[in-house]
Amino acid sequence: MASGEQLSAIKGAKVLMVGAGGIGCELLKTLALSGFQDIHIIDMDTIEVSNLNRQFLFRQSHVGQSKAKVARDAVLRFRPQISITPYHANVKDSNFNVDFFKQFSVVLNGLDNLDARRHVNRLCLAADVPLVESGTTGFLGQVTVHIKGHTECYECQPKPAPKTYPVCTITSTPSKFVHCIVWAKDLLFAKLFGDKNQDNDLNVRSNDTTTSSDHSEDIFERRKDEDIQQYANRIYDHVFGHNIQTALSNEETWKNRNKPRPIYVKDVLSDEPIQQNGNTDKMLDNDNLSSLSAMAYLGLKNPQDIWSLKENSRIFFAALKLFFSKRQKEVGNLTFDKDDPLAVEFVTAAANIRAASFNIPLHSLFEAKGIAGNIVHAVATTNAIIAGLIVIEAIKVLQNDTKSCRMTYCCEHPSRKMLLMPVEPFEPNKSCYVCSETPLLLEVNTHRAKLRDLVEKIVTSKLGMSLPLITHGSSLLYEVGDDLEEDMVATYAANLEKVLSELPYAITGGTIITVEDLQQELVCNINIKHREEFDEEKEPDGMVLHGWTPAPAAENNKDATDNNGASTSSTSKSAPDAMEDDDVLLIIETGIETIPAGGKKRKLSDVSNPDTAVDEKRSKKIPEQPENNGDVIVNLDDGNDDMSETVPQ
Amino acid sequence: MNGEELTEQETALYDRQIRVWGVDAQKRLSKSHVFVSGLKGTAVEFCKNIVLAGVGSLTLNDDNPVTEEALAANFLIPFDENMGGGGSLAELCCDSLKDFNPMVHVSVEKGDLSSFDVDLFEKFDVVVISCCSLAAKKSVNEKCRKLSKQVAFYSVDCRDSCGEIFVDLQKYAYAKKKADETVECQLDYPSFEEAIAIPWRSLPKRVSKLYFAMRVVERFEEVERRKPGETSIEDLLNVLKLRNELCLAHSLNESQIPDSLLERLVVSTKEFPPVSAVLGGILGQEVIKAISGKGDPLKNFFFFDSVDGKGLIEDISTS
Repeated sequence: MASGEQLSAIKGAKVLMVGAGGIGCELLKTLALSGFQDIHIIDMDTIEVSNLNRQFLFRQSHVGQSKAKVARDAVLRFRPQISITPYHANVKDSNFNVDFFKQFSVVLNGLDNLDARRHVNRLCLAADVPLVESGTTGFLGQVTVHIKGHTECYECQPKPAPKTYPVCTITSTPSKFVHCIVWAKDLLFAKLFGDKNQDNDLNVRSNDTTTSSDHSEDIFERRKDEDIQQYANRIYDHVFGHNIQTALSNEETWKNRNKPRPIYVKDVLSDEPIQQNGNTDKMLDNDNLSSLSAMAYLGLKNPQDIWSLKENSRIFFAALKLFFSKRQKEVGNLTFDKDDPLAVEFVTAAANIRAASFNIPLHSLFEAKGIAGNIVHAVATTNAIIAGLIVIEAIKVLQNDTKSCRMTYCCEHPSRKMLLMPVEPFEPNKSCYVCSETPLLLEVNTHRAKLRDLVEKIVTSKLGMSLPLITHGSSLLYEVGDDLEEDMVATYAANLEKVLSELPYAITGGTIITVEDLQQELVCNINIKHREEFDEEKEPDGMVLHGWTPAPAAENNKDATDNNGASTSSTSKSAPDAMEDDDVLLIIETGIETIPAGGKKRKLSDVSNPDTAVDEKRSKKIPEQPENNGDVIVNLDDGNDDMSETVPQ
Repeated sequence: MNGEELTEQETALYDRQIRVWGVDAQKRLSKSHVFVSGLKGTAVEFCKNIVLAGVGSLTLNDDNPVTEEALAANFLIPFDENMGGGGSLAELCCDSLKDFNPMVHVSVEKGDLSSFDVDLFEKFDVVVISCCSLAAKKSVNEKCRKLSKQVAFYSVDCRDSCGEIFVDLQKYAYAKKKADETVECQLDYPSFEEAIAIPWRSLPKRVSKLYFAMRVVERFEEVERRKPGETSIEDLLNVLKLRNELCLAHSLNESQIPDSLLERLVVSTKEFPPVSAVLGGILGQEVIKAISGKGDPLKNFFFFDSVDGKGLIEDISTS
C-alpha cells in the first residue's frame, strides 16, 4: 500500500500537530516512522510525573520541561533527517492565526480540552485546511475527519458539557460522594484558602434569616486572640456541626430524606490532646513546601486506604494547620490544584467528614483525588492505536481521497465482531452556526440585560470566542484587542455597563447584531428578540440562545442539570480542570439520536464486505451498543462520576 | 489480591492507568514475565506498551543484526551511521526499553527461537512471537502448551496495510462484571495448529477474508521455504494458483480470497508503521487483560486492514 503516490503525498506534506501529550507522543513517532518530513508541533504544557506511564518520549529527568521541545528531540534521535518545529505555546495565541494555519496540508489534533478543540476547528475552517481530530479515555477512543464542505465540522454536533450540580444539592442535601467533593473543594477550600471576596454558598441559610448574616461575615476569619488549633476547632465545629444542626431545623427538607448527623470535634477526637502546635513545627523543619503532607505527618502511607472518621479528622486538622503555619503566604490566593498534595489531603478529609455526616460511603485519597481533579483515565495502548488511525486518515486526506475517509471508534467490547469500527463521516450540519451561516436567535430582556451580560454569558461562554468584536449595522459596540486606542477602550468599557436598549446604537427586539472573532475568523449573526420575563431556575442567564446546541444532560445522573442550569458558581468554574489533564475524550457521541434532521445516519463502511452490509436501523445504533455496557458512552467529565461506571471491567 | 502494596513511586507513575484497571491488576502486572521474539516494528510497539504498563520483566529475543530495513519501522534504535555497531536487534532494543521504565527488568535471550526447549518458556507468563515461520509458530505454541503452568501464547504479524494477531490462552478463567455482580467465565482456546486445521467450509460464513489470505501466504512461504515476508510480485501467479488449490480442497469460493488482497500481501511485505501501532496497541491491551484477569480476552484471531479500517475479532475454533 505504500505506493509511490502515497509516499510522495507523505513526503510533500507539511503537518501541524496540536498537542504533544498522550496521543501526541505516539502520533509524532508514527508520523516520523511513516516518512513525514516536515512536522510542526504546538503544546503549552510541561512534563509531569503522571505523564510518564504513557508519554513515552519523556523521562523522569524531563519533568518540568516543554513537551513539544522534548518530544522533538526524542524523535530526532531515531529520525535525525526530518524537520520538526516545536512551539512551547498556547494554540490560542494570536500568532497562530489563519495565515499560520494556511501553510499546512493537514492539522492533527491530540488535544485535551473542548475549548482548544473548538478554536482549532474554527481556524481550520477559516484557513480551509482539513482537520483530523481525536480523543481517548481508558480503552475508548475515536478519530474523526473534518473537511470543510465535505464532512461535518467539529462543532456541527453538540458536545457533552461538564456536569454541574444544583446549589442546594451541594450545600444542603448531598447524596453522592461527588457532592461532598464539590462542597469540600469549591466551597470550603475556596473559603478558607482562596479569595475572600468570592461569592460562596458555604453557609447554610436557616429559616431565620436574621441570624445568619451577622455571623457569617467573619466566621471564617481567624480572630486575633486565636491560635491555629483553636481556629481549626472552631471551623470544624462550624461546618460539620453547627451548619448541619442549622440545616436540620429546615424540617421540610428532611421529610423524604435521611437526616444528617452533626459532627463536633469533641465527639471524634475527645481522647486526644488538642494542643499540638509545637509538634507540627518540630516535625516539619526539614520539609520543603511542595512536599508538605498531612499524611506523612500522621504516618499514613497508602493512598488507596479508606480512612476512618477519626483519621479524616486528624488529616483535616493537620492539613489546615500546615496551610496556616507553613504556607500562610499563599492563603487567600489558593485555588484547588490536583497536583498540590496538601490541598488534595484537605479536600479528601473534609469531603469524607461531610460524607460521614450524611451517611454516604467514605472514599480513599486516590479516589477522591480522581474525582476532585477530574482526572482522565489514560493508557498507552489506546493512544498508540488512535495515533495509528490518525496517520491512516491523514494520508487519505493528503491524497485527496476524501471518499475513503472514515471516523473510527475504538471500542472496549466488540460490537458485531469489531473492536475498531469505521463509520462514514457525516455531512455538514446545515444549521451549524460555526460552519454554515445560519443566524442565531437570542431572547433577552433588552431593557434589563447589559452588554456585559451578553459578552460574558453568550459570546465568551457559549460561542467560545476569545477576541470578540460586536457590531450593530456598521457601528462598533465592543471590541477586544491589544492595539486599541485609549478612547475606544474607555468607550467599550462604558458600553459594557449599559443596558442593551440604551447603547449608543440601541439593541432592541428585531435588531440583528454581528459577533465575530477576528482570530478565529468566525462571524455569527444574532437576531435579537425582546422578552420580559425569564425563569430564574430554568433560565438563570436571563437570556436564551437558540440555534446553539447545548450538550444533552448526562442521563445516568439524576442530579445533573442542563449545562447552565442552577449550578453553584464555583462548580461551573471548575470546568477547565475537567480537561486539564490529558487526552480527553468526547467520544462516541451521546447525541447520536439527537442529531439534527437533515443529517445522514451514520453508516458502517463496507468497502470490502458487501455481504456484511447492515441495514441503517442497526448501524445507527452501533456506536451506542458496545456490549453489555451502555455507559461506555463517555462524557467529558466522567471523572466526576463513580469510576466503576466507566472503568473497564 | 494480597501481597505487598505498590510503592509511592509506582503509585505516582501509574496513577492514570490504575484509574483504568485498578490496583490489583497493576500488582499482577508488576509480577508478570513476558517473552518477545522477532523485533520488527509491530513487536517493538508492543514492547513499548507493556514496558510502560509496568510488567515485571521483559525478555527480548532477536539475534539479527541491525539493517536499514530493521531501522525503518523501529523507533527504539537511535540513528547511527554504524548500524548499531554490531549489536543485535534485541540488544539495541533492550538498551532503549530499559530507559522507558526503570521499574521493568528488560533483558536479552540469545539464540534461535526454534532451538529453545520447553524449560525456557516455563520462566514466562506470556510468550509473544512475531515474523517467524509457520513451523516455528506451531512448535513454540506447542511447547507453551506442554507446561503445567499456563503460559499465554500470542503471535502477531504485519504485512504492510494488514495485520493478524493470534491468541492461545488454553483454558482461561476470568472474572466478568455484569451489572452489579461478578461472574466467573471460562474460555477454551485451540492451539494455532488446531485452529488452522479447521476445514474452511465449517467456519462461520462471514469470516474475514484476511484469515484465508494469510493462510494462503503462510502456506506459500512454507512450501517455497521462504522466510516470513520474503515474497514479491513475481510470486503472485504461484500464490494465486495455491489459493485456487486450497479453495478447491476446502470447497470455498475463490472470490472469498480476492486477487487484489493477495497481491497486497505478497507485494509489500514491509510493516506499515501506522498499522504496527494499531496492532501493537491491541496486542498490548490483550496481554494486559490476560495478566490481570480483567475483561473479556480476545478469542482467538484479530485482523486489521487499513484499507477498510476495520479491526475484527474472529473466533476460529470448534467449541
